[in-house]
Amino acid sequence: MAYLTARKRAAGLGSAKDGTHHFWEMKVSSAGLLLLVPLFVFTVGPMLGQPHDAVIAHFARPFPAIVTGLTLAVGLMHFKNGAQVMIEDYAGGIARKALIIGVTCLCYAMAATGLFAIARIAL
Amino acid sequence: MVEFVLPKNSRIVTGKTWPKPEGARNLRTFKIYRWNPDDGENPRVDTYFVDMDTCGPMVLDALIKIKNEIDPTLTFRRSCREGICGSCAMNIDGINTLACIYGMDEIKGDVKIYPLPHMEVVKDLIPDLTHFYAQHASVMPWLETATSRPEHEWRQSIEDRRKLDGLYECVMCASCSTSCPSYWWNGDRYLGPAALLHAYRWIIDSRDEATGERLDDLEDPFKLYRCHTIMNCAKTCPKGLNPAKAIAEIKKMMVERMV
Repeated sequence: MAYLTARKRAAGLGSAKDGTHHFWEMKVSSAGLLLLVPLFVFTVGPMLGQPHDAVIAHFARPFPAIVTGLTLAVGLMHFKNGAQVMIEDYAGGIARKALIIGVTCLCYAMAATGLFAIARIAL
Repeated sequence: MVEFVLPKNSRIVTGKTWPKPEGARNLRTFKIYRWNPDDGENPRVDTYFVDMDTCGPMVLDALIKIKNEIDPTLTFRRSCREGICGSCAMNIDGINTLACIYGMDEIKGDVKIYPLPHMEVVKDLIPDLTHFYAQHASVMPWLETATSRPEHEWRQSIEDRRKLDGLYECVMCASCSTSCPSYWWNGDRYLGPAALLHAYRWIIDSRDEATGERLDDLEDPFKLYRCHTIMNCAKTCPKGLNPAKAIAEIKKMMVERMV
């Protein structure tokens, strides 16, 4: 038990003077994905069920490779930020910090792996 | 932090069924949450029967009748009985609202009454609003000026005054904040819809000169950005206000001064 006043409890550690950048980043990546996801679907969709050589040749062209790379990178950064918000909502204490670190590392690793695969096919 | 199961001593058990009033032909059943901190028992739901032929139309009328005629230990807050003081906010038929302006004709079947959700209970239908009021105080709900006080009043145009409509009417009943899942899970740090609506009411006031400081104080992933536009606040507000819109306007101002 701590003899803190209600006002001190409400004030906590004060404002972090942060959060707007994260909020704005989410809005920008949302707008980006609004454009990228349909492009990705129309670019990659026709390749479904095609022979391996045809798919490789398709992704070796600049436009499909760039659209796929952008969708992957922007999508994962959007996921990273969104997952952080969810974790902050539902987890607390050390679990909150550990989960945020874990999800951030996972997203960067997935983005790097995906971009490497696309680069390897395209170049 | 989120909790999915109530602690053992908070689980609700079946309570007492009070006798029906003699000779009454138009009865309505009320199931009301009861908890007394002094008896060490779990909370329970008591069943009361009210003769609607001798009762007023609002839920508060029935509660007062129960307290006066059936069970004087039933405890709840009430004062103005016309939706101005915000004292009688409670969860009625699953909706956070004011008992004094919620008609019983709007409820089908039994009338179920609980205290405002996810708040510590003082007794029966009375939630502990200490933290809620402290959060309201923390947004400095008053006029802040650097300019010397004018000889007469601080002047405001009709257009600027109009911007306060839909904001100043809030009676701080806590219905909105206690309906917000973000406030349930992170109410210790998230200011909640009511405090943020009041914050915006002073941010947008043309006479206030602390806009920057107010925005600085709110810029925080928890104080402000826990709002995910769930809109429960706007849906439940017994005064028909829209705290979610006020919060969105604060967020727009935050972006405005950054980008």
